[in-house]
Amino acid sequence: MADNIYTKRLDGRKMDELRKMSAEVGVIPNADGSATFSFGSTVAIAAVYGPKPLHPQHLQNPKKGIIRCNYDLLSFSVTERKRPGPSRRSQEISRIIEWALEPVLGLDEFPGTVIDVHLMIIQADASTRCAAINAAAIALAHAGVPMKDLVSSVSIGKLDKQLVVDVSKEEEDYHEGEGATDIAMTFMSNSDKVLALQLDGKITPEGLKEAVKLGRKATKEVHNLQVKVLKEYLEKTGGGD
Amino acid sequence: MEISNLTKNRIKEYLNKGTRFDGRELTEFRDISIETGISNKAEGSARVKIGKTEVLAGVKMSISEPYADGPEDGTMMVTVELLPLSSPNYELGPPKFKAIELGRITDRGIRHSGFIDFKKLCIEEGKKVWTIFIDIYSINDNGNLVDASAIAAVAALRDAKIPVINEETGRVKFGEWTEERLPLVMEKNPINITFSKIGNSIIIDPISEEEDSAESRVSVGLITYDKKVMISSIQNGEPTEFGIDELGKIFDKAEEMYLKLGKDVNNKIEEAIKRNNKK
Amino acid sequence: MNEQIKPVAIPGEIIKTGKEYLPGEWTMRIGDNIIATKYGIIDESGKFLRVIPVSGIYTPRRSDLIVGRITDITFNGWVVDVDAPYSAFLPLAEYPKFISSEELAEYLDIGDLILCQVNKNKRKGVDLTIKGRGLGKLDDGMIIKINPNKVPRVIGKEGSMVSLIKNYTNCEITVGQNGIIWIKGKELKDELSTKKAIEFVVEKSSVNGLTEIMKEYLENGGKK
Repeated sequence: MADNIYTKRLDGRKMDELRKMSAEVGVIPNADGSATFSFGSTVAIAAVYGPKPLHPQHLQNPKKGIIRCNYDLLSFSVTERKRPGPSRRSQEISRIIEWALEPVLGLDEFPGTVIDVHLMIIQADASTRCAAINAAAIALAHAGVPMKDLVSSVSIGKLDKQLVVDVSKEEEDYHEGEGATDIAMTFMSNSDKVLALQLDGKITPEGLKEAVKLGRKATKEVHNLQVKVLKEYLEKTGGGD
Repeated sequence: MEISNLTKNRIKEYLNKGTRFDGRELTEFRDISIETGISNKAEGSARVKIGKTEVLAGVKMSISEPYADGPEDGTMMVTVELLPLSSPNYELGPPKFKAIELGRITDRGIRHSGFIDFKKLCIEEGKKVWTIFIDIYSINDNGNLVDASAIAAVAALRDAKIPVINEETGRVKFGEWTEERLPLVMEKNPINITFSKIGNSIIIDPISEEEDSAESRVSVGLITYDKKVMISSIQNGEPTEFGIDELGKIFDKAEEMYLKLGKDVNNKIEEAIKRNNKK
Repeated sequence: MNEQIKPVAIPGEIIKTGKEYLPGEWTMRIGDNIIATKYGIIDESGKFLRVIPVSGIYTPRRSDLIVGRITDITFNGWVVDVDAPYSAFLPLAEYPKFISSEELAEYLDIGDLILCQVNKNKRKGVDLTIKGRGLGKLDDGMIIKINPNKVPRVIGKEGSMVSLIKNYTNCEITVGQNGIIWIKGKELKDELSTKKAIEFVVEKSSVNGLTEIMKEYLENGGKK
C-alpha cells in the first residue's frame, strides 16, 4: 500500500485542530432565542421562535410539539451567486438538522405546537451544516426550550489516507491519492450518542470508526465554546431581554 | 404579540402633543451603524443597523448580454428578502408584496440616482456587460427596513471590487477579484428617507409599533447633483390623501434631513471601509 | 459595585454528583448525577436542586394575572393572544355583566387589551375570566413586554420591587405573569422612566442584592 501523501494541511493546522471558532448569544432581538456560530470563515446565524400555536390544525401532533428547521444560504455567502429561496439541497439539510436536534428536545411539554428554527449561512467555507447545528443548539437553549442535552457538530475529513478535523473549503476540493472524504457528524454533547452522520467519499469501515472517535473528541471543544458563551451571556445580561 | 388598539391610540395621542412613543423627536433617526466586508464570498457586502433593525446586503457580479435598448449599459437587479428569522410576522414561501416593493424602492433609489455609471460596466458593446446583483436580507425587523436597505445597498456597492474575468471562457473567475472598485459617482451620495403619516403627524424612521400605526408613507430618494439636493425617486404607499402643502413640507424636510443624514451616512461608510481595509 | 452572579445551568450539564441530592424542576437524575434540562440559574436549598429558567415562553398557570389581546370574536366569546404556546379563550359567561352574543364586539373588539386571570388550564389552551376587581379592558396607559421569566424579579418579594419603582415614578404598574406590563402615569415621561427602570431590573435580574442596586439607580434619577 502506498504511503499517505497528505502530510501537511493546506492551511497549516494540526491534523486534529479545528479552525478558530467563535459564537455569540442573543443576536436577534425579535427571536425567542438566537445565536451565531463560526468555524473560521464559515458563519451561521440561528433564530428560534416558539413554541407557538401551529396552523393549520392538521399539521399538529396532539401528543407533542414539533420542530421545524429552515436552513438556507445567503445568495452572496458562496462564490457563485445562489438564487434567493430554498433549493433541494437546503430542504434536505433542513430536515437532517431537525432529526439531529429533536432527540434532545423536551417536546412533550407542548403538544400541538411548533418550534421554528431558522438558520442562515452568512459565509460558506465548508461545514455549514455543522455550524448551523451548533448555532441552533445555542439558540434553542437561549429560547428556554427544555433540553436534556446540547448538540455539537463537526466535520471530519479524509484526505488521501489522512484523517483531519474540521475540513476547510480547499480540503473539500482535494483530489490527490484517494481524494477527499467529508463526514459531517453530530453528537449529543455530554454523551457518546450520534445524532446525525453524513458521508461523501470513500473510507474503510475501520477508518470510519477512527473518524467517529476523532469527531467525538473534536465536538467536546465545540461544546466547551457553546457552554462558555451561554454562561457569559447570562452573567452579562441576566439571560434575555 | 401584534400591536394593540391601546398602543396605536397612545402613539397618536402623544404625537398630537409633539412627542414620540420612545421619547425621540418626530424627525430624529435612531443610531445608525455600518459595517462592510461581512462576507468574503461577495464582491461587496455590508451590515446596517438602525436601532434594533438590522439588514445585510451583498453585491455579486456576472457577465451577461446587455438589453437591446442599452447595448453599452451594464445591468442591475435588486432583491429584498424578508427572512422569517428576522420577525415572527414573516413566513416561509415565495416573496410577499412587501418584500417585492422594498426591492423595487431600493432598486429605483439606486438606478435613477446616477450613482452607478452603467456605461462603464460595458465590456463589449452589444455583447457583454456586467450585471450587478444586490441582495438584501432582513436579520431583525424593528421598523424602517426600507431606509436601512437603501443604506446597505450603497455601502455594499462601495465595498465591492470587480471580479477577475477568465480570458479563455469569458466568464467570471469565482473568488478572485481585481483591485478595481465599481464605477460609482460618489458625489451623488444617494439616500432614502421614508416619511410615515400617523394621524396628522409626519415622522421618520418608525419602530415596528409606529409602522403598524401609520396610515401611509412616502419614500423619497435624494441625491446631490451639481451641488444641489435633488429628489431622484419617490413612492407613496397605502391609500391616503395627501395635501399639496403637506407634500411640500415633506419635500422641504427631506432636503433638510438629507444635508445632515447624507453626510453622516457617507462618513460612516467611509470609516467602515477604512476599518475593513486594515483587517 | 461588586455584583455577585448566581451559578448558571446549561442543558445537559451535571449540576451536582451524589445520591443524596434530589432533582427538582428542570433537572433530572442520571445515575449519581443531577443534570440540568433548561438554561437558567441553579437554585440549591439543602439537598434539593432545581433550575430557575431565565428565558423561554410563558406557560400559563391557574389564577395567573395576565394581559392579553383580543384576536378573534366567536359566537360565545373571544379568542385572546396571551403570548403563550397556545391561544386563550374568554367565554361570554366570564364577562362581568350580561351581554348578548350579537354585541360582543361592542364590549371587546379585535385588538383590544384586557387584564385577565387564567381560570382553567387545559392541556391545549386556557380559559380566561375578567370577573374580578381591576380586571377587564385596558383603555389608557402604555404596555411593555419583558421576558416572562423575569416577572418575579420585577415584582420582588411581596411586591417590594414594584412598590419601590411606583414610589419614584408616580405611576400605576400592573405586572402580568406573561411578561406584559401595564403602566399608567400622568405624563409620558413618567411612563418612560418607569419603562426604563423595569428594563434595568430585567437586565440586572441575575445579580444578588438587586433591591439595593435598584434604590441607588432610582436615587440617581435613573442613571446606571
